[in-house]
Amino acid sequence: MFYREAGQFKTTYQADMSIFPILQDRIGLALIIVAALALPFFAGDFVIASVMVPFLILSLAAIGLNILTGYTGLVSLGTGAFMGVGAYACYKLSTTFPGINILVWIVASGFVSCAVGVFFGLPSLRIKGFYLAVATLAAQFFLQWCFVRIPWLYNYNPSGAIEVPSRTLFGIHVTGASATPTTRYYIALAIVISVTWVVSNLVHGRVGRSFMAVRDMDIAAQLIGIRLLRTKLLAFAVSSFITGIAGAMMVFLWLGAAEPDAFNINQSFILLFMVIIGGLGSLVGSFLGAALIYILPIVIRATPESFGLTIGAATVEHLTYVITGALIIFFLIVEPLGLARLWQIGKQKLRVWPFPY
Amino acid sequence: MSVASGAPAGDSGETLLSIEHVSLSFGGVRAIRDVSFDIRRGEIRAIIGPNGAGKTSMLNVINGFYHPQAGRITYKGATRRRMRPHQAAAQGIARTFQNVALFKGMTTLDNILAGRTLRMRKSFFWQLWRYGPALTEEIEHRKYCEEIIDFLEIERIRKEPVGRLPYGLQKRVELGRALAMQPELLLLDEPMAGMNLEEKEDMSRFILDVNAEFGTTIALIEHDIGVVMDLSDRIVVLDYGNKIADDRPDEVRRDQAVIDAYLGVVH
Amino acid sequence: MTLLYSIFVDPFVQMAGAPDLLVQTLWEGLVGGVLYALIALGFVLIFKASGVFNFAQGIMMVFAALTLVGLHEKGVPAFVALGLTIVVMFLLAVAVERVILRPLVNQPDIILFMATFGLTYVLIGLGELVFGGNPKNMITSELLLPSGSLDFKVLGGLVSLQKIDIAAAIIASLMVAVLAVFFQKTRIGRALRAVADDHQAALSVGISLDQIWVIVWFTAGLVALATGIMWGARSNVSFALEIVALKALPVLILGGLTSVPGAIVGGLIIGIGEKLGEFYWGPLIGGGVESWLAYFIALAVLLVRPQGLFGEKIIERI
Repeated sequence: MFYREAGQFKTTYQADMSIFPILQDRIGLALIIVAALALPFFAGDFVIASVMVPFLILSLAAIGLNILTGYTGLVSLGTGAFMGVGAYACYKLSTTFPGINILVWIVASGFVSCAVGVFFGLPSLRIKGFYLAVATLAAQFFLQWCFVRIPWLYNYNPSGAIEVPSRTLFGIHVTGASATPTTRYYIALAIVISVTWVVSNLVHGRVGRSFMAVRDMDIAAQLIGIRLLRTKLLAFAVSSFITGIAGAMMVFLWLGAAEPDAFNINQSFILLFMVIIGGLGSLVGSFLGAALIYILPIVIRATPESFGLTIGAATVEHLTYVITGALIIFFLIVEPLGLARLWQIGKQKLRVWPFPY
Repeated sequence: MSVASGAPAGDSGETLLSIEHVSLSFGGVRAIRDVSFDIRRGEIRAIIGPNGAGKTSMLNVINGFYHPQAGRITYKGATRRRMRPHQAAAQGIARTFQNVALFKGMTTLDNILAGRTLRMRKSFFWQLWRYGPALTEEIEHRKYCEEIIDFLEIERIRKEPVGRLPYGLQKRVELGRALAMQPELLLLDEPMAGMNLEEKEDMSRFILDVNAEFGTTIALIEHDIGVVMDLSDRIVVLDYGNKIADDRPDEVRRDQAVIDAYLGVVH
Repeated sequence: MTLLYSIFVDPFVQMAGAPDLLVQTLWEGLVGGVLYALIALGFVLIFKASGVFNFAQGIMMVFAALTLVGLHEKGVPAFVALGLTIVVMFLLAVAVERVILRPLVNQPDIILFMATFGLTYVLIGLGELVFGGNPKNMITSELLLPSGSLDFKVLGGLVSLQKIDIAAAIIASLMVAVLAVFFQKTRIGRALRAVADDHQAALSVGISLDQIWVIVWFTAGLVALATGIMWGARSNVSFALEIVALKALPVLILGGLTSVPGAIVGGLIIGIGEKLGEFYWGPLIGGGVESWLAYFIALAVLLVRPQGLFGEKIIERI
C-alpha cells in the first residue's frame, strides 16, 4: 500500500512520458543516489575498492552490452575485446599526452572503441543471429591478438602489460598508486550516473524505439522507414562507446594495470551472463545482473567461512562457474526476462500489498 | 483532426500507382504473371482471389520487399523497378500484414509512436539529452498518436505490451501504426482475418473513415466478399498469378471467369 | 612493391621451394580440419534434431576426455574407463533433456542457445571440481591407439605423418559415414529430422520428443568423446581445448548448420586454410594468426553467402 499510484494523475503528456512517472520511484531513486554518495563514510576501503568500484564499472559495461544485445537484439561475444580497446586507447592517449585531464581521455577512448565497434558491426547488415555472434568472435580474438602482438600499444613494455600512470585532477590523485579508493569511487560513480542518464534518455525516445523495432521485427521496422544498417551500426557505436569507457575505467580506476588476458573471451561471457540474468533490454537489469554475478563468488567464499570451514580459492572459482551456469539455466527457465522482470513483479506486488492481487 | 490531402473520398480520377506488366518468380514458381492495373488517388481498391494467387506478393512488390523480374511501377509519377522498403515508407506507402507484424516487446503507444519515426527530425545529439527539443518533438507526435488512438478506440490498451493483446486488437494497433505514418497509399493485407462479425464491422468503419477523413488511398486484400463488395470502389481479381478481372464490384460479381475461379454460385 | 610481393608472390615461392614442407603443412591442416569437422558434427547433430545450437559441444568434448583420463588416473583400467565414460555421457544426455530441454520446450531459439552457455559453465566448473584443472595426457596406448610416426621421403624432403593422426582421420571418416547413413536411411533418423523442423508437429505425429532428444544428445556425446580422445592424443587434455573447440563455430558457418557433408568440407577448409595462413603468411604480421584466422575466413564467406556454403537459404515469409 505504500506503492500505490492512486491520486497521482498526469495532466500533461509530458508528465505522462517522464521516465519515472510514479512518485515513489522518484523518491526511491533519490534515496539510492544519496546512499551511494554517502557510502564511503560508512563502508571501509575494502568494500569501496573491491566491491563497489568493480560493480559500477561492470554495470556500465553491462549497460553497453545490453544496448546491443538487449535492446537491438544483436548478440555479441566480443565485449571483452571492446573493453580492451577502450583501455589501451586510454593508456596510449594518457601516456602520450600526460598533461591533459584524464577524464577527457577516458571519454576519448570511448570514441576509439566506438569506431572499432562500428567497423566490426558492418557485417550485421548481411548476417543475423548466431552467425553474427560468431562474427563478433572474430573481433574478440583478433583484437586480443592485437593487444599482444602490437608492442606499440603497451609502450614496448617487456612484460606486455600496461601499468596505469599516476594522474591528478585539481590536485587530487585520481589514478595510479596514490589514488585513494574513495576518490576513484566518486569518479566512477559520477561517470556511471551521467552515462546511465544519457542512455536512459536515448532508450526512451526515438532511438530506443528504433533499436527495439529492429530487435522485434526488422522487416516491419524497414516498413516504417527505419534504415536497418544505420540503426544497427548506431547500436554498435553506442554500445562500443560505453564498453570502451568501462574498459578504460576498469584499468585506470580499478585494476591499476592490465594484461591482454583481462579482456579475453571469458570476460565477454561474464558480461553476457550479467545481461541475460539481469534482464535483456533493461537498464535496471544491467545493474542487478552485474551485482549478482560479481558478488556471487564473494558470497560463496564467505559463506562456509562463516560456518568455520575454509575453501581454497580455486574451489571457489570452480563452484562459481557451476553456480553461475546453473543460475543462467534457472533464470532462462523461470524468468527469461531476468531479474529486472522479477523486480517489476515485486513492485507490482507492492502496489497491491497487503492484498494478493 | 487534420486531413492529409484535400481530396474527397472515392475516385478522384488521378492515377496514384500504376503497375505495368509486372512478373515475379521465386525460383521456379511464377507468383505474378504479367499483371497490369492501376490505383487512383482517393479510391479503395480491393485485390481478391484464391489462396496462392499472388495477392500478398503483389503488395510486397509495391512495398519494395520483392523486386519483380519484369515490368515497372509508377508511383506519384516516378517510375521504378526496384525500391527499398524504407524508400517506399518515405514516399508515403504504409502497410499492414496478414500475420500481425507488431513490435511485440513494446506497448501499443510505442508501436504507434514508432510509426512516426520518419517524421521525427530531431537529431541523435538532441536525443541524448531528451529534455529540450527532443522531448518537445516527442510530445507533439504523442498528440498526433493520441488522435489515432482516439479514432481507433483503443485508449484502454495504450500502455499494454502488444504481445498480450487479443488478435483483433493487435490488428487494430497495426492499423494505427500504419496511420501514424500519414500515408498517401495504405496497403492492407487481410485486415479482417480471424475477426468476428462485430470486429469486422468496426474495422470496415475504420477503413471507410480513413478513406473519407484523411483522403488516404487504400489497397485491400480481403477474403470476405461481402466486405469487399461493400467497401471497394474497384476490384482486381488474381488467379494463379494472372489478372482475370479488373472492374467495379457489380461487374466483377457477374464476371463468369471470376465466378468459376473464386466466387462460385449459390446452391 | 615489396609489400605486394611478400603477400602475393613470396609465400607461393616458398611453397614451391620446399614442397615437403607444403605437404607436411597440408597434412597438419587436414588432420586439424578433420577434428574440427568432428566437433562441428556434434553441433550439426543436435541442431538438426532439436533446433538447439549447442554451444556446449566443445566443453562436452573436454569433459568426456577428462572423465576418461580422470577415471584412469584413479586406477580404473582403460577400457572399463571408456565404458564408464560412455555411461556418463548417457547420463549427461538424460540430465540435459530433463533439466534444460524439457522446461524450455517452446521457447525461442535464442533462449535455448543461451541455456547452452549456462551448460558450458556448469560443465567447466564440474570438470574442474571433480578432476582438477591440470593438463593430463590422453591414455592413447592403453586404448590401443597407435603412436609414433610414419616417415616418407617425398619431393626431395621428409614428410612425417603421426600414426595417431592417420587413425584419427580413419575413425572420423567412419563416424561421419555411419552418421550420414543413420540420418538418411533409418526411421529414427527421419524422426530426428522431423523434430528439428517443428517440435509441435513432431509431437502431434506421435514422435516422443524426450526419447529423441536423449538419443541425439547421447550420440553427440559419443562424437564428443571420440573427438576428445583424438584431440587429447595430439595435445594434452585441459580446458585450453575449449578455446580450440570454439573454432568449430566458423566451421559450422562455412558448412551451414544443418549439413553433415558441410561440416566436413567446412572443417577441411578451415583446418587447411588456417595452417597455410599461419605458416606462410603468418610471419608477415608477427605470427599467432591461428587464433583468429578461422573466424575471418568464416566472416568473409558469410558476407557473400549469409547462409554459409551448404546451408539452406533463409526465406522469410512475410
